[in-house]
This record gives sequence, structure tokens and C-alpha cells, in this order.
Amino acid sequence: MSVTTFDLVQSSLKARLRRAERMQRLRAGLLVLPLFLFVLLVFLVPIVILMTRAVDNPEIADNLPRTIEALAEWDGTDLPGEPVFAAFAEDLRETQKTKNTGLVGKRLNYEISGARSKSLQAGRAAEKMESGPYKEAFLALDPLWGKTETWSAIKRAGSPTTSFYLLKAVDLQWSPAGEIEQVPPDQRLFVDIFIRTLGISTLVTLATLLLGFPLAYILATLPPRHSNILLIFVLLPFWTSLLVRTTAWVVVLQTEGPINNLLLWLGLTDEPLQLIFSRFGTVVAMTHIQLPFTLLPIYSVMKTISPSYVRAARSLGAGPFRAFWTVYFPQTVPGIAAGCLLTFILCLGYYITPALVGGPSDQMISYFVALYTNRELNWGQASALGAVLLCATLILYAVYNRLVGIDKMKLG
Amino acid sequence: MGTSTDPFVVFSDVQKTYDGEILVVKNLNLTIERGEFLTLLGPSGSGKTTTLMMLAGFEVPTHGRIEIDKVEVNNVAPHKRNIGMVFQNYALFPHMTVEENLAFPLQVRKVPKSEIAAKVERALDMVQMPAMGKRRPAQLSGGQQQRVALARALVFDPKLVLMDEPLGALDKQLREHMQIEIKHIHERLGVTIVYVTHDQSEALTMSDRVAVFNDGIIQQLARPADLYERPENSFVAQFIGENNRLNGKVTSIGNGACTVAIEGQGQVAATPISVRDAGSPTTLSLRPERVRINPEAGQYPNQFEAEVQELIYLGDHTRCRVSVLGNANFIVKVPNAEGVPAMSPGQKVRVAWKAEDCRALDAF
Repeated sequence: MSVTTFDLVQSSLKARLRRAERMQRLRAGLLVLPLFLFVLLVFLVPIVILMTRAVDNPEIADNLPRTIEALAEWDGTDLPGEPVFAAFAEDLRETQKTKNTGLVGKRLNYEISGARSKSLQAGRAAEKMESGPYKEAFLALDPLWGKTETWSAIKRAGSPTTSFYLLKAVDLQWSPAGEIEQVPPDQRLFVDIFIRTLGISTLVTLATLLLGFPLAYILATLPPRHSNILLIFVLLPFWTSLLVRTTAWVVVLQTEGPINNLLLWLGLTDEPLQLIFSRFGTVVAMTHIQLPFTLLPIYSVMKTISPSYVRAARSLGAGPFRAFWTVYFPQTVPGIAAGCLLTFILCLGYYITPALVGGPSDQMISYFVALYTNRELNWGQASALGAVLLCATLILYAVYNRLVGIDKMKLG
Repeated sequence: MGTSTDPFVVFSDVQKTYDGEILVVKNLNLTIERGEFLTLLGPSGSGKTTTLMMLAGFEVPTHGRIEIDKVEVNNVAPHKRNIGMVFQNYALFPHMTVEENLAFPLQVRKVPKSEIAAKVERALDMVQMPAMGKRRPAQLSGGQQQRVALARALVFDPKLVLMDEPLGALDKQLREHMQIEIKHIHERLGVTIVYVTHDQSEALTMSDRVAVFNDGIIQQLARPADLYERPENSFVAQFIGENNRLNGKVTSIGNGACTVAIEGQGQVAATPISVRDAGSPTTLSLRPERVRINPEAGQYPNQFEAEVQELIYLGDHTRCRVSVLGNANFIVKVPNAEGVPAMSPGQKVRVAWKAEDCRALDAF
């Protein structure tokens, strides 16, 4: 009897607690909601859209639906029959009306070079075709339509999703036989650019670490009066526009610029060095911009390390170097980890600096993303490059987590 | 300490300034005996920690010399002094386990591996922390960290151990327990310990001798009992234990006794300590437990009328605040014993004390 009463009291207590906390939870939820929506809208949704763009393939499927349907029966060994050509002609008449023939041609052009102009020509011809047989008409128009590969390319490009862009982003393609193969050597491009992107990022990260660590140490050990002034110098780049800083490097590094003039005047070189539009210039400018990102996490970790640790090590018999290396340095590792990861990931996405200061062989992957987005209007390829970069970054992050441990990382 | 001296640490005319203007340590002369437990006691900013840091080698004296075992160490780097040190916040290396922390000074000294393990184990036993070796400092309580820090400072058998307010972060009970434990370890190992604290009861409990610092000067260097019973100046009398003060002027002096006039209140018989001549201003120092209430007439040379202001019952004794000789904050400790009269605020009583217990010190 008493047990039941106790249970009753207990359950009503829990219910009362829930009721009491509901209001508080609701308020907390409402406070977080704007940020949550913001992150959802400007971060998660664009990434998901980007990922779908990389495999999205609407051009052929939307504009040549009859052709694709007719091709479904086709086995791919011989040239397709009259019904396919008839469907193709009807689809093209439709695209001429909706002015989408160019889109179809552009998409086919990714598969077969030169297909764009021939598609436009076929579109114009199709308008004039009153009746069949369509097959002869198209074959007479251009030898392209008489090739089996053309039709297998159209069939392949007709599925609503495609791995074409993603494979292209790592220099792969489908062979006519339906296997994945490397693209011909003269078209291989992106793997090298990914390696270059990772290489430049690594180099810049190491450079900022080498420059930033001693500086952070000095900042952390100086009396606050002096360290604050130095810190302002470190933060100065933050308050200047990226474009301005990069342009300043263009001025400094150019062939007739102050550095080359100084080297010539000192007699260290006989002719001006190629400082700008080179890997050297890219790395220097990027290091300058990234230095605070590496330095600040290290600095804030160093600030929390009490000087008594090194003193304790000294009093226990360790010399200055040993005390630093075995006692001080290991405690800075979380800051180094955070700073380097931050700089490395930011470097992967650099665009303006390599574009202005680097030469053609210093362009990083973002340059090509921009190229496909703005100039080529090939958003599928741009998205695929972005997706591959995102995946590579996530893999690196996982490896890094294994080696250092993200939980050990401290941003301050 | 007597006369059989075996000086181990000697400070001669040591001065230290950080900014070239103010001397933090003024002309320090101090001899520490081998095997002694010496405490540097004083308020913050009195120069006690600076003195310790100069001994450890983290600060360089501006003037004078410091000797350890008859060797001048002014320019010897801290890691070559072979001094064990316990820091205020323990300074255990957070990225190492307890064992690795203890092994550190041994590895630095290139002690063979097998010997390191044995020594680490022995040190952990000594501080009653066996089976804790694999933990990290963050997994230990404050008291346990303190023990590990102590073990680390002793594991390489240094002749001299410095402790910079090592118990400051512990709660009262644990602190008192550790005081006794450190004292026992000192007795067992016979090392010389220099201990810095601002807690006078800690200093009195643990030390062979206490050096009371104020304003960069050692005010008095004495055994704990002497420090309390026979303070040599007003600062020490005030800093160590509770103390009643009466300001006055010496009217007559001679034969180890003097008379002091408290302005407009009366004459007090006292013992001259730091007064030389009649007419000089002085502060009388009197311990609260040396004052009697309503004694039999004629027993004490000093007897005055007083009024009870406040009574605080503390079990074994009652703190009684009276106003006497113009001082309304005069404290008397009345023991909770047979034959002690009951009192109530506002009551008129007679208070009395001996001339020997009333010390005429420098004017405060």
C-alpha cells in the first residue's frame, strides 16, 4: 500500500519537474533557433545543393525525353533504328521552341568535343523535316549521327544523375565499353591540381608554424604592456582587406619592385628574380595572411601555461633546452594542432591570392571552381570539384583526429 | 640551536631590486643550519618569496653573496644547484603521469632505469601514495597532488628543499594534517628545509626557527616559542598571535624595568625591550592570556579599573573585550576554569598583569 503511494508521489514529482522545466527549455530553444536557422540556410543547405549539383544531370533527360525512351531498348552494338531518330527529331523541334538546343549541345560537348555546333545545326534542320525517314536525313546532315558512340553517349548522358563530373574531377571517365578508366594523358589536370593545393597548403602551414611559434612564445612571456603592442602588429593584417594586402605583395614582389631593386643594389643578383607570378610569391603572400590564424591559438594556449612548470623542471635539474622541450613544448601541442588545422583548411580554399600573385602553375583548386562557375557555366563540374575537395578535407580531418585528437585541441 | 653551528646556507649582505628604485630585500644576513627547518614568514610583499627565489636561482641578487655548502652560488644556474622545490600550485607536469613526474629529476640525472623505478616507488610510499603512479595529476585531489609534488622534490635526495606556500590551496583540516606529515618527513630524512608562508600558525607548528619578514628586512629570527613569548618589536608582537597595544611615553627606566605613562590614564610597570631613555615614545605589548580579572589585591604591580564591553563564549575560554586605559579594544582571555567570576557587559572589573609580561617595544 505504502509502496503504491510512494510511486504515485514519485511519478507526480517527475511530472511536476518536467512541467517546471518545460518553460525554461522552450526559452533556451527559442534563443538558439535564429542561429540554428541561419546555419541551416547558409551552410548546410548550400552544401547539400552543391553535393546534388555534382551528380545532377537534367539537360538531356529533360530535353530529349522521347529519344531516351526510344534508346532504352537499344543494345548499343549497331546504329539505332528509325524510331530513335524520329524521337530525336521530335525532341529537337521541341527544344528549338523552348530554345534549349544550346543546352543539349553544351552537355553533349562534354562527352564528344565538337558536338555543340553539330547539335545546333541538327536542331535547325529538324525544324524543316516534315516527315521521315529521319535516319537518312540525320546521317546526311553530319557523320556524327552515324556513329554508335554518339548514341551511347546520349544514352549515358540521359540518366537523371551522373558520375561524369565526379569522375572527371579526379581525371577518370567511363570508357565506351562502360568501364572506369583514366582520361587520356593530355586531358589529365585535376589530380595534379589537388596535389598542388595540398602541397601549397602544407608549405604555408609549416611556414606559419615556424614563424608563429617563436613569436607566440615571446608574446606569451613578455609583460602585458609590451606584448599588447606586439599583438597589435600581429593583428594588423586582420584589419586590412585581403585584396589590399595581396595587391601590396604584387607591388613589393614585382620585377621592378623594392625587393628586386634592393637585391640588385646589394649585388646579390645580376638580373631581377622572378618573385611574382611564382610559387615563391604565392607562398609568401599566403603565409603573411595566414600567420595570425596559426599564431593566435598557440598564443592563447601558451598564456595558460604557468611559468612555474618550467621553473619546476629547472629546479629538478633540467637545463633550459630540456625544460622547454620536455615540459613546455608538449603543453603547447593542443594550440599548435588547432592553429595548423585552421590554417591548413583555410589554405585549401585560397583563390584571390594565388590568382593575383601566382603564375599559371600555382593556381589552386578554387581557381578552377571559379572558372567553371563563372566562365564555363559548367556548374556540375564546379560542384564536383568542390565536393571532392570537401571529401578530401574531411578525410584529412579524420586522419588528423586519429593522430592528434580533436578533443585535445584548444582554440583558446 | 645553541652554539654548535654547521652553516649550510649563508646570505651575506644580500639586496634585491627589480626596478632599480625600491629594494625588495634590504641587506639580508641569514645563516641556515644543516638539517634545519627554517620558515620565512611575513605578509605579502615582505620579500620572503624573493629571498626563496634567489636561493633557488630564479632571481639574481643585486648585491651581496649567497653560499650553499660554502660555495658561492650567485651565478650558478637553477638546474645545477641540486635543490628540491615545492611550488604553490604544485607545478606537476600535466602531460605526464605521477610516475613520469617523479622519474623526471632522475632521468635528467641519468640514473639507471632499474634504480629509477625503485626510487619512484619508495618516494610514493613515503608520501603514502602507492598505486597512484599511473594516474595523471588532473585525476588527483589537491592533497594528493601536494603529496606528489613533495615526493618529486625529495626523490633525487637533495640536501636542500625549498617550499613556497605549498599548503596554501588546501582546506584547513588537510593543511594541518600535511603540516605534521612534512614535519615528520623532515625529521626522518634530515634534509634542510626552507619554507615560505604567510600563515603564522603554520610557521609556529613546523619550524625549528622562524624568520619574520617585513618591508624587506628580517624583523626577528627566533625559535617559535621565543617569537611568541619574547617579540623584539611591535611588528612581530602584532603579527604573531593576538596582542594588546598601549601607546605611551617612558617616564623612568633602569634595572631591567621601566615605567610608562599612558597619556591621561595612568602609569604602567613594564619590561624595556627596545626603549633606551626616559621620555621616548613606546608601544606596550601584552598577550591577552596574561591578563587577570579581579585578582587578589597586591599580587600584581599593574592593576586598573576596566569596563566589560563584550563577551564571546568560545568553550574552553571566553574572549572578553574591556575598555581600560583609554583602549576600548583591550582583549582578555578568561579560561573556563574553576573560580573564575561570571561577568556581564557593562560590569566594572579590575584587570591586572605582571611587569614581565608587558613589553615596552618601539612605538608602532
